[in-house]
This record gives sequence, C-alpha cells and structure tokens, in this order.
Amino acid sequence: MKRVVENVTCPFCGVVCDDLEITVENAEITEAKRGCVLGRYTFLRHNDDRATMRVNGEPATLDICIEEAVDILDRADFPLLYGLASTECNAQRKAVEIADLIGATIDTTSSVCHSPTLQAIQHMGDSTCTVGEIKNRSKLLIFWGCNPAESHPRHFSRYSVTPTGMFVPEGRKGRYVVNVDVRKTPSARAADLFIQVEPGADYEVLTVLRALVNGRPVDVGEVGGVKVEVLRELAQRMKSVKFGSLFWGMGLTMSRGRHMNIFAMLALARDLNQYTKFTASPMRGHGNVVGAATVMTFSTGYPFAVNLSRGYPQYSPGEFSSVDVLARGEADAALILAADAVGNFPGRASEYLKKIPLIAIDPKESMTTRAARVVIPTAIAGIQAGGTVYRMDGIPLPLTQILESQYPSDLDVLSRIAAGIRRRRGLPETVAAHADAENSPRASV
Amino acid sequence: MSQLLTLITGRTTTQGKTLHLGKESKEFLEEVFKVEMNPEDMARRGLADGAEVRVRSEHGEMKGRVKQSDVPVGLVFIAYSYFCNQLVGGDTGGTGMPSSKGIRVQVEAV
Amino acid sequence: MPTLRIAHGRVYDPARGLRGEVADVCIRDGRIVDSLPGDAPVLDARNLIVFPGGVDIHSHIAGPKVNIGRALRPEDHRHDPVSRTRVRRSGVGGTVPSVFVTGYRYAEMGYTTVFEAACPPLGARHAHEELNDTPMFDKGIYTLMGSNEFVMKYIHEGRPDKVRDYVAWLLRATRGYAIKLVNPGGVENWKYGKNVSGLDDRVNDFDVTPRQILTTLAAVNQELKLPHPIHLHCNNLGVPGNYALTLETMQALAKQRVHFTHLQFHCYGGTSWGGFSTRAADIAEQINSHPNFTMDVGQVVFGDATTMTADGPWQYRLHRLTHRKWFNADVELESGCGVVPYVFKEHNYVNAMQWAIGLELFLLVTDPWRIYLTTDHPNGGSFIFYPHIIRLLMDRDFRNECLERVHPRVLRETRLPNIEREYTLEEIAIITRAGPARALGLKHKGTLAPGADADVAIYKDDSDREAMFEHPVCVIKAGEVVLRDGEIVQHVFGRTLFVDPPVPDEIQKGIREDFEKYYTVQFDNYSLPTSALRAYTAVPAGQAAGR
Repeated sequence: MKRVVENVTCPFCGVVCDDLEITVENAEITEAKRGCVLGRYTFLRHNDDRATMRVNGEPATLDICIEEAVDILDRADFPLLYGLASTECNAQRKAVEIADLIGATIDTTSSVCHSPTLQAIQHMGDSTCTVGEIKNRSKLLIFWGCNPAESHPRHFSRYSVTPTGMFVPEGRKGRYVVNVDVRKTPSARAADLFIQVEPGADYEVLTVLRALVNGRPVDVGEVGGVKVEVLRELAQRMKSVKFGSLFWGMGLTMSRGRHMNIFAMLALARDLNQYTKFTASPMRGHGNVVGAATVMTFSTGYPFAVNLSRGYPQYSPGEFSSVDVLARGEADAALILAADAVGNFPGRASEYLKKIPLIAIDPKESMTTRAARVVIPTAIAGIQAGGTVYRMDGIPLPLTQILESQYPSDLDVLSRIAAGIRRRRGLPETVAAHADAENSPRASV
Repeated sequence: MSQLLTLITGRTTTQGKTLHLGKESKEFLEEVFKVEMNPEDMARRGLADGAEVRVRSEHGEMKGRVKQSDVPVGLVFIAYSYFCNQLVGGDTGGTGMPSSKGIRVQVEAV
Repeated sequence: MPTLRIAHGRVYDPARGLRGEVADVCIRDGRIVDSLPGDAPVLDARNLIVFPGGVDIHSHIAGPKVNIGRALRPEDHRHDPVSRTRVRRSGVGGTVPSVFVTGYRYAEMGYTTVFEAACPPLGARHAHEELNDTPMFDKGIYTLMGSNEFVMKYIHEGRPDKVRDYVAWLLRATRGYAIKLVNPGGVENWKYGKNVSGLDDRVNDFDVTPRQILTTLAAVNQELKLPHPIHLHCNNLGVPGNYALTLETMQALAKQRVHFTHLQFHCYGGTSWGGFSTRAADIAEQINSHPNFTMDVGQVVFGDATTMTADGPWQYRLHRLTHRKWFNADVELESGCGVVPYVFKEHNYVNAMQWAIGLELFLLVTDPWRIYLTTDHPNGGSFIFYPHIIRLLMDRDFRNECLERVHPRVLRETRLPNIEREYTLEEIAIITRAGPARALGLKHKGTLAPGADADVAIYKDDSDREAMFEHPVCVIKAGEVVLRDGEIVQHVFGRTLFVDPPVPDEIQKGIREDFEKYYTVQFDNYSLPTSALRAYTAVPAGQAAGR
C-alpha cells in the first residue's frame, strides 16, 4: 500500500524545508521528493544504525532503562543535560523541566556552534529579517565563513541566490553574490566574487570594511591577505544597494576571535543601516538547535549554558558551557539528548564524558551511545514523532509524524524520567505540568 | 620536523549524508579520514595522494589519508568527526566555544 | 469541581453597579453562580475587598519579539532570579520575565486574563507555544495586520470584500483575538529603511495610504462583528508634535469603533525634544466626545524598560538617540519588530513629561469605562508597577510628592499640579477589570455576575493602595484558589481565547497562488490547528460589542 505525505518538514538543518513529499510503501519511506541530499538521506536512511535499548551494554527493557536513568540523575551532585537539538520542542521543554527539578546544568548544541553569535547578539543586537525578506528583496548577498552549498544545500535555491523574489523578479541575474572564506568551497562557485581571507584574520578584515563603509581613512594596503581596494569596492557596493544581506557561519564562530568576529559583523550591518537597508543573519541550525535556544530562553531567560543548582537559572558561557564543565571534570553524571557529544566535543571533554555515568537518548547509534551506560532509542522527531521545529530565522514550523515507531518519543521518555524523579523525591505528580501534548485537557466553547 | 599547517575542520555534503548511515559506517569513516592538502605542502613532506598520515596538534592526534585538493597553501581541511576533534583543545577562553578552526598541526607520513 | 462561597466581602462589580456592598460570591465548577447550599466551603472575606480578576488588555509577554527581548537582556535577568518551589518553576524577572515568572507575577497582583498585544502571523505558533507554558491566566494574541502585504494589495485593488475574507482567514489561521495595527504602512516602508509620517503618505510599492489601511480595517472589523475593535498603535509614535497626527487619525475614524493603544506616546506637542510639550488635554477631549473610542494609557514608570514594538522605524530612531543595543527583525509579507533597552529617568525632562502626560490622560478622561491601565509592558515599564500607578491615581498627596521629585519644568508645563481628582476603588475596578473586559467583548470576564468565570481577587482594604494591590489576600482562577498569603499554592494553566469568524472557502484559493510565490513556508503549514493550543475557548464573532 502506497501513500504520499505532502508538506513534510525536514528536521535535518536550519533551512527547515517544509515542502518535502514523502512516499511510504509498506511502512517504509521510499521517496523524499524535493529533499536535498542531506534531507533525502535523513528520510530514506532513517532506519540505518538504530540504537538498541541497553544498560551497561546488555539489552534491557524501557522500564529498566528509565529506572537506571532516574537513579543516575537523582544521585548526581552536578548533573549535566546536554544536546536537545535534534528533537522537537515539547521534548526540549521537558528536558528543561528535568533540569529545573534536579538543579542541573543544561546546555544545548549552540554551545559548540553559534554560541559566539548568541553572545555577540546579547551585546549588540542584530539587524535581521526572515528568509522571505531576503528572497523578495535582497540584491547583494555576502556569505562570510560559511559554506551553504554543503551545510544548508537548499538555502541558495529557496531563500537567497536563485529564487524569484517579489522585488527581484530577475532572480539570480538581479543579485550579486560574494563569498568570503579561507578556502574556496563549493559555495564559492556560486559567487560572483570570492575573497580569500587568511585564517584567523576575519576580525581585522571586517573592521577595515566597516571603517571604509563609515568613510574613515584606512592607512594600510592590505589586511588579512585581502587588498584594501577590494574592500573599498565592496563597501561601495554595500552602501549603494537598496537591500543587502550578510550571512555567517562556523568560519567566524569557531575561529580565532569567536564572538569578537561576530561583534565586528553585527557592527558592520548596524552601521550600514545609516546608508541603506542591510541585514545580517547567522546560518544556524543543525537539527532544531534554534528551537532549543528558543525554549531555553523563554523557560529560563537564557539560551544555553544555564545552571540551576541554586534553584534559579544562572547563565555563564565558559563556566556552565558543556565543553568547559567536562574538560574541567566538574559534572558527575550526564544525560545527552539528541546529540552526539562524544563525537562532537574536543578530545579532553569527550574523554571525560566517557568516564562518568552517561545516559544517551537518541534514535541512532553514535560515539555517545557507544560510551553510555544507559541507551534509550527513541522515535525520530519529524518522521515518527510530531512537534515543532524552529527555522534558522526563528520561524516555527510543524513536524509531521509519518510513521509509527516501536520506540517511545523523546517526550515520552523524558516525561517518565521526570515522573520517576518526582516519585523518588516525594514530590506531587502533576506539579507544573508541561507540554505533555497528549495529556493536556482540551475543550471548546 | 615539518612546518606547522593550519587545520580547518568543517562539514561536507558527503559527511552530512553518510552520518545517517552511521558514524562507524565505511562511507562516513572514509570521508572523515580524508586530509585535504595543497600539492605544494604535500611535496614538501614527500606525500603522495592517498598516503597514510598522522596529524598532530598540541592536544592530540589522528591518522588519515591525504587527498590532494585546491585548499590554499598552508591550510589543511578535514571533515568534522570524533577523530579530528582529538586535535581540538578543551580550553574555550571563557566563551564556551572550542577553537575548532585554525588549529596548528603537523602532518607527517606514517 | 469544587464549590466555594466567598462570604461577607465588600464586592466591587461595576458591571452590576456594586460598589463595595457586602455580598457573597458563590462559585461552582469554575463559574460564578447565584447561590450554594449552606454547607458549601466558605472563604471568610469579612472586611476584605472582592474584585473580579484583573484583565490586561495590552502587554508584551509572548512570541518572537518578546523572546528576542529576553535573549537581549541577560544583564537585566541577572538582577532578578526567581527560585523554584515545590509548586513553582524557577525563572527570571526583570523587564522581560521568563514565561513562568510572567504568569506568577500577574497572579500575584490578582490578574487572571492577559493579552499579548502584537504577533506577526508567521510567529503565531511561537507565541502560542509560550502562552501554553505561561501559567495562571487566560490569554490570547492580537494578530498584526497594519502592514500586511495581502491587505494592502486588496485595498489597492479596491476590494474591501477580499480584505474582509482575508482578515477572517488570518484570524483563524493564527488563532488571534483581534486585528492589530502598528504604524500602519510605516512598517512596510521600513523594509527599505523608510517610514510614513502622514495619513496620506504613500506606502512604497503597494501604493496605498495609512488612511486607507485604517479605514478599511476598521470597516472590516465592523462587518465581521468582531468582539474587540481594531487595536491601533498610531503612526508617529514617540515623536514631538505627533498629537496632530493622532487627532487626524481620530477624525478619520470618527464614526468607527477603535481602541487606541498606549495613547500616552501619541500626545506630544512641540517640534523638538527641547520644545517637547503635552497635548494630553486635546486627546482626552476626543476620547471624551467619542463614545465609540476606547484607549489604554501606556503609562511610563521611572526605571528600566525594554522597548519592543512592531514599529521598526521608531525603534531604530530610539537606538540612534540612545546608542543602546538594537535588534531588528522584519517579517516577510507581514510586519517586523525592533527591540531597544531604555531607562526612564525622573530628571530627564522628556521622560518626566511622558510620565505626567500618562497621568493627565487618566485624570482628564471622564469615563473610566473607556480608559484602561497599562504600561505597554515592557515599553513604558514593567506590569509589576500597576499597583504603584493605582496609588498615583487614588492618592493625590502621593502623586504630588512624586511630582515634586521629577524635572521641575513639568510643574509649569502640565496641568497635573492642579488636578485634584482621585480615582475611587470602583473606578480602579473599572479601568483594570470591568472596562477592558467590556472593550474586549468578554462577557464572562471583569465581572462577578452569575455565569461569569470564577476569576476573583481579594484584597485587604489598605490605605496604602500600592501595598493593597501588590499583595492580594487570595486569588482564585476558574474557581480554584491559586494564591493565598502571598504564595502561589497551585500552578494552573488558563485557556487561550481566540475569535472565530466565518471564513468563506474561496478566499483560500485566492491567497494560495501569491502565497506560494512569495512566502517561504507552505500554505498548508501556515494555519494553526487547535491542537497547537493547550486549552482554548473560541469566541464567536457576531457577539454584540461593548454595551
């Protein structure tokens, strides 16, 4: 029996395409129309390398896994909850609830991705817009330290380089595309101009560019490997376009300077608004990291690196961010939800993580599940569980449940863990009930 | 003793799609063990395309295979995984963010 | 569900003409009822003041721009952490509290219904997610439409019928409660860095005027028989001399039902910051002479604020004036927002005048049924200062003391020193409960008549009115005691209220083509199902508005 599900939202990257058509035959996904290669693999190969339910490497039931997880978290003095990205918002809210309950440190994958962006924005703000504004109006696109062709494959065709916009009816011909990076990536091939920057010199180059935009004298001929004449021309172009857009990615957040690079980027966009309309947008999101930041912010006030040990939220990157907490050997237990911490953290942090009691909640095997004491496989959000996902520009979209799963959802698992901890601590069952969508009362007039 | 090179780690399309097959899958491992180098840097170290190499930073090391590419001289690119993360330090300078790009490394034949 | 008799309290229920008479209030199954059997549980309210639960008609508490505000202000949060208890979640306060703290603090003042004043349709799902987690009160959102590109397109085509159908569809798609306009037309021009400053200015690319947008949406509101009028943030907010445009706007809408929001920000005379003056009396006169107009004040409170509105050009201007950090986010085809931190200072002439102008409005508008207490939270200051404002209105001596502390020029420039009026408790009950409920067309709110929702706030009759309204003795939500002796004793979730006008089928076909060309989301993913709401009440359109 074959059915086609339309308007499916892909949960893999921050582009959050919601126009996929998924064909299901005999409970198998056989086609993912319109998905980019990353999206197609997400749907078509969703069953590959699924995790198995286990404790200490031995198969176990869900009940035992939950009990073990509750035990680990209840006993811990300084537990860490990390990840939250590759799942939907109801599960994220539940994770924050658990952290509040046990006074944990809770951190998301933003920590090792766009945390410099979040920190810079806290200082400076940002002049930005939803991606449809870029599609409809932007005629100058500057991609700096990012490679959308490989990390956000449909960004160029859906939002930026090629689509026909309301005020850019000529599509690609109406736009000038610049790519700035330390090396020529596949994204550079889509550009009209490629500017090569020396590694670690982005701050200086952005600052000189801003000086040129503001008409300040610049007394060097070259900065960061870039000729000032090239920057002068670019500054002119930026000031004379009716609507221009800057984008940045890991090239800025992960390199020397980190949040300072983003300060320079944000200040540039801010200053340009004195002359014309200019936006600056981070290329965010693998998985639902923007959703995680959104949920963390409205629940605790802060987007990542939050500690609740004192009974109220404290925010401190560098103190409560996961890499630091682990590299300094501070956490004594960890729950990793929907992320591969062991695979993605620097060696010292991931080695420490392997040494402490570790609970991994993930649909698939990963370096984290292979090191974990408790592994709880779950339904994949966006394929086997519904909910909400947030796009790179902060717009929310619905996730569809296309297939049933033999496994519980992340929300189910976390709800049971929360209930188990409450039971142990003699706390009332339904205290501060949350987005338990299944259980919420409904009524109409 | 060869000169230090600058390592950039990052995503690639192949890395992104093969991680769905599993992080211990042949296809994923093949992609994340590739060490992209400029022919000049390769020549200086007597490395042929496909040669097995050890990449070392002050924090750790990994083994990989050279892939000749058009990265600028002085740069090395490796697709993101547990293995290249051994080269990344745990000090975030108080920002929470490790330095996953711009790491100084040595690359030598094994 | 429980029964409860609130016995022997002095009941203020302006909708029924009760002004402190001793009476029982009986509750069964979450509603007020006529009577209860003698053995029903009793809450002894002897010598206590019994009010309906508070209704906040305009506040910024949930959704994309509010969360941007939260993200922008870690330094503000750090001053005001809120600990968890057995009953309560932890969070942060300050000018942009986290969702749990928002709920608790409104309940701690005796408020039981609050509306998020401005949400772009693309962000509606986000706003409702936050509201789902915001405890203690019933809530809703107003859907931004004043610079909506479909609305403007249909106006330009001369098709008010299509505007009407689109508006009905959009309200349902966003589960919104009312039509919101912010700087109509100006927000569209801001998309290329421009603005409007007159009602007949041209909105670029859409070739309509703010006047057309205003009059068309007011007429649509009327035709759809929506319970609340258009909720209007006029053009030219904050600018010296803007009173003239406010008057012109009132003239243009003289025969329509309109709710003017945070009108204090629109009563300014003079031509420069130095020449800043008050025109509150002129504006008050218009409100007084137009029974079809309602307003909320947007009172300024000295201290920290976080300005956040859809008025992008104004927010940029504020950033340029203050050099405080600035976040701007334009939303495709719909709207935008700007967020800038701010501080109101007693010794700053303009701020002191803004403070005085709000009070002038309160004291010069004669019908308390058509003027409501707000601070445009957190633009004018936090909602937690409502009790302070109540004291300013009820206690002339206190008001004059405060007047002595602000910039001295205010004494010469405003009528405030000479205004003797003091609000009565009944009038406070009207401007914080009965009046907003009536303006919103919420028959079951703002009153303790049988059939109404059992949302009750019980206060001690303290001559320090600020202390009185800051510390209710008991708060009841939907018939359950949620606060007692200053502590939240139960964490409850209210319901989301939205309006449900009939939507003709054809409009969807009409919208779909353009939608798919210019938006970046699928048409079928845009509308919110009711399952996106934790609990809800759909309010049918067509109910008689106002009195």
